[in-house]
Amino acid sequence: MINIIWFCMIIIGMIFAVINGKLDMINQVVLENTGEAVTFAIGLTGIMATWLGLMRIAEKSGLIKSVGKAISPLMRLIFPEIPKNHPANGAIVMNIVANMFGAGNSATALGLKAMDELQKLNKEKDRATNAMSMFLVLNMSSVQLIPLTVLKVRSDAGSLNPTEIIATTLIATGISTTIGIISCKLMERK
Amino acid sequence: MYKILNIISIVSIPLMITIILIYGYIKGVKLYDTFVEGASEGFKTAVKIMPYLIAVFLAIGIFKESGALETFSNIFLIPGRLIGLPKEVIPLVILKPISGSGSLAMVKELVHTYGADSLIGRIASTMMGSSETIFYTMAIYFGAIGVKKSRHTLTCALISHLAGVIAAVIVCRMIFN
Repeated sequence: MINIIWFCMIIIGMIFAVINGKLDMINQVVLENTGEAVTFAIGLTGIMATWLGLMRIAEKSGLIKSVGKAISPLMRLIFPEIPKNHPANGAIVMNIVANMFGAGNSATALGLKAMDELQKLNKEKDRATNAMSMFLVLNMSSVQLIPLTVLKVRSDAGSLNPTEIIATTLIATGISTTIGIISCKLMERK
Repeated sequence: MYKILNIISIVSIPLMITIILIYGYIKGVKLYDTFVEGASEGFKTAVKIMPYLIAVFLAIGIFKESGALETFSNIFLIPGRLIGLPKEVIPLVILKPISGSGSLAMVKELVHTYGADSLIGRIASTMMGSSETIFYTMAIYFGAIGVKKSRHTLTCALISHLAGVIAAVIVCRMIFN
């Protein structure tokens, strides 16, 4: 999928560049955007390292597990197919918690572990289960509490109050997540 | 209402850090050592995501600079106007499901051009935080376990994304006006 999208974006871009007479821009993009990507990744290191460090503390202290236990009734409601004591539960909760804390990349690592556990419960190995779809939709609608990277972008741009968008983000996320869960529940019967 | 939300916003990061540290301290975790241990993974992760970023930045750069994105955005002008979506943000709506890093770059640009505290800056920031990259996440998660039939996942994710966009516009207009 990503292969096709990547290919199409570049080819469609090339065609438009020819039509719009912007072929010279392509050379600039190849040179500048790739450099920007590297600078960007390096700039992200500080924030990522900080949260990975804090997450490690939260993991070792058992805070992540406690949070997991607290939302266990909700897990039963959203993922009725997963047996109660299956390790998939823990992995899913840890991924969601990591997402909440904005540790995107450690969340991905935990998410892959969760998918692995869910695959063990899957009878048709090349077909997504209801729980997998639900987990991914939940994941992609972002249950993030603090959008850290956005806050950094805002403060870099000289915002007077970079954090003012946390509340609006929480409301928007809440709505998109709820709609995602409902649409999943409605469509999974097919 | 706004004042309360704003206080919650300002307090949340320091509070989260404090809770993690105090809870860790009570449980006898070696805080400093553990933090450094976890943080060292930050560099590995940054290096690991670099090739993805380069690939995505390249494709998006070409798609954007060639004028293709602008043309595609025009399709969404009318439905966008219906919900009060500023036309400058429409490319972000299209980009968000495709690329997280690309849309972050676009938020950066919007925020620099129109100001972080403008309505455009605020809607873009809210939208950025309220959803994840769909295609990238699906590719990684399903790819890792070899699932090829994703069934209703993409449809539901797109519905959820759209709901997030509409919510972001309405909430920002309500709170910041």
